[in-house]
Amino acid sequence: MSVLPLIELQEITKIFGNGAAAFQALKGIDLTIEAGDFVAVMGPSGSGKSTTMNILGCLDVPTSGVFRFRGVEVQALDRDQRSLLRRRYLGFVFQGFNLLARTTALENVELPLVYRGEKKAVRRAAAMNALDQVGLAPWAGHSPAELSGGQQQRVAIARALVTQPDVLLADEPTGNLDTERSIEIMELLTRLNATGITILMVTHEAEMAAFARTIVHFRDGLVNRIERGVRAAERSIA
Amino acid sequence: MFGTTLLISLREIRRHLLRSFLTTLGIIIGVAAVITMVTLGRGVTASISEEISSLGSNVFIIFPVTVDQRAPAPFDAADVEAVRNQIAGVTRAAGSVNSSATAFYNGQYWQTGVQGANSDFLTAQSIELVEGRPFTPQEEIAGRNLCLIGPKVREAIFVPGVTPLGEQLRLNSVVCTVIGVLEERGSAGGGGQDPDDVVIMPLKTVQRRFTGSDDIQYFVVKYEAAYDSGLIQASLIDLLRERRLLQPGRDNDFNIIDTAQVNDAVSAATGALTAMVAAIAAISLLVGGIGIMNIMLVSVTERTREIGIRLAIGALAREVQLQFLTEAVVLCCFGGLIGIGFALLLSTGLAGLLDVPFVFDPTINVLSFLFSAVLGILFGYYPARRASKLDPIEALRHE
Ligand SMILES: Nc1ncnc2c1ncn2[C@@H]1O[C@H](COP(=O)(O)OP(=O)(O)OP(=O)(O)O)[C@@H](O)[C@H]1O
Ligand SMILES: [Mg+2]
Repeated sequence: MSVLPLIELQEITKIFGNGAAAFQALKGIDLTIEAGDFVAVMGPSGSGKSTTMNILGCLDVPTSGVFRFRGVEVQALDRDQRSLLRRRYLGFVFQGFNLLARTTALENVELPLVYRGEKKAVRRAAAMNALDQVGLAPWAGHSPAELSGGQQQRVAIARALVTQPDVLLADEPTGNLDTERSIEIMELLTRLNATGITILMVTHEAEMAAFARTIVHFRDGLVNRIERGVRAAERSIA
Repeated sequence: MFGTTLLISLREIRRHLLRSFLTTLGIIIGVAAVITMVTLGRGVTASISEEISSLGSNVFIIFPVTVDQRAPAPFDAADVEAVRNQIAGVTRAAGSVNSSATAFYNGQYWQTGVQGANSDFLTAQSIELVEGRPFTPQEEIAGRNLCLIGPKVREAIFVPGVTPLGEQLRLNSVVCTVIGVLEERGSAGGGGQDPDDVVIMPLKTVQRRFTGSDDIQYFVVKYEAAYDSGLIQASLIDLLRERRLLQPGRDNDFNIIDTAQVNDAVSAATGALTAMVAAIAAISLLVGGIGIMNIMLVSVTERTREIGIRLAIGALAREVQLQFLTEAVVLCCFGGLIGIGFALLLSTGLAGLLDVPFVFDPTINVLSFLFSAVLGILFGYYPARRASKLDPIEALRHE
């Protein structure tokens, strides 16, 4: 009796545009991710990492192939159903932080709960708790403009965490940060992974990928190589 | 959820306070115009109705008119008498003549109207006295030199606070004794003789001393309310045609005004005016609505990234749509409220200026407000829909 994998991609292709301008960004991705894994996705620019992350984050749909999330065929769902899935199970962290300006850190973190229809008191408590987890409780009342890049990214992670998602998807979460801040973020992700959250992260830096347990290498719209059970960082720390 | 949506809307509007205000200007002007016009229209109608009802209800006014460029025969006392005695339902008929004179008293003088009218006429027209007494039948028959003065005449040449009763007033060369003062009836912008600026003397006195003939210029006929005004009017026409020897086929050389009809005509006229202004205001509201749509489209473009974030963290398309729709409606409701405020100022101000009563009409205020909310939904729909249709990935990439 095999346990259902959390995420299954089979023969996923993605073609942007059509006719002469058509461009095939994904050429048949096969990938299985078990619950609780910490996956780093690496590969050269343009190899289809972000495209894959967007499909996994239910923000985009594949041109062909099967994407199963907890056994549900996501490619068959409509836009609202995908939104509900995203709302319930997924947290997304973007390279550019993507926080709402002119809105406090606390309110940014509360936002996903607003769409879940939670009561204000519940939202406040959960958001404060998430900010506390990323070490930003004292900054709750500050707007993004008043926070450093590393702090903004931690707010974004808190926002992804606040719904207690099964999976945290992060597309180059440290792309805009210096090494020291990046390592802080990685340590945060490692801690979160230890609490049971499955983490998928795109990165260009081997130093950051070393925090992951599985490293998936992309090349030219295909999965080139998978390293499993590495945890290089853990070994070096030990 | 809805509370939060509302809060976000208010915050967005506050962030662009000037822009929001300018955007709603069309709505503000439209709402203010509609409410002001309707309110003033009500006021004008009310004041004219009041003036007409001061002519007395169930009253006809009859006067000769020129037909085929032939001077019409004037009426005389016998015509009035015939109407009074021969038509069922008529309770009173009383003639009147008008002239003018300079009134002198105590070294003061004042140009005023002189009206010949007996007590019957005053009763038919519901003209009351604030001081003194009306003419007696004996005084009327004798054509005594007695007079009732209008409030303007009293004010112009008599000493305030001292009763004018018993004083001798000279009208040109005719001396008469003041025996009463008329109540103020007011002239709500109506043309012609000011009913307050007049000296009334018995009909016979004015005929003898001023107009120099037994003719009467017009007469009023009061009838019992139980009778049908159309039937009485028809009998009046038959009788008067016969007395004036009009051959069949000739037009009436007199006119009968029914005060009830005048009332209807006035309401119809103000109604038409109100409808016209309402149409203009509706166009201004339409333009206002388009302004809202325009600014909402700008807002959607400006906030594409924000929309992307909201969609990416799990907002449903309809929730984004609701957000923008709420914003448009809130904007329009503000416009409506400010418009109502302006209308209140404008209509009280104009009512004072035009000397018409201010009649607050809650219905039109509520309707205008609801209408602006509906405008928000109508013109906010497309931009909101557009926002909800955005692709989250594209939207997030938007700078
Ligand atoms: N919306 C789109 N329309 C057309 N082409 C696209 C679109 N999105 C991505 N592509 C193309 O698909 C390919 C893969 O893009 P993707 O963003 O997945 O690359 P990536 O691996 O994330 O690269 P990077 O490391 O630079 O972020 C690229 O060649 C890109 O130009
Ligand atoms: Mg990328």
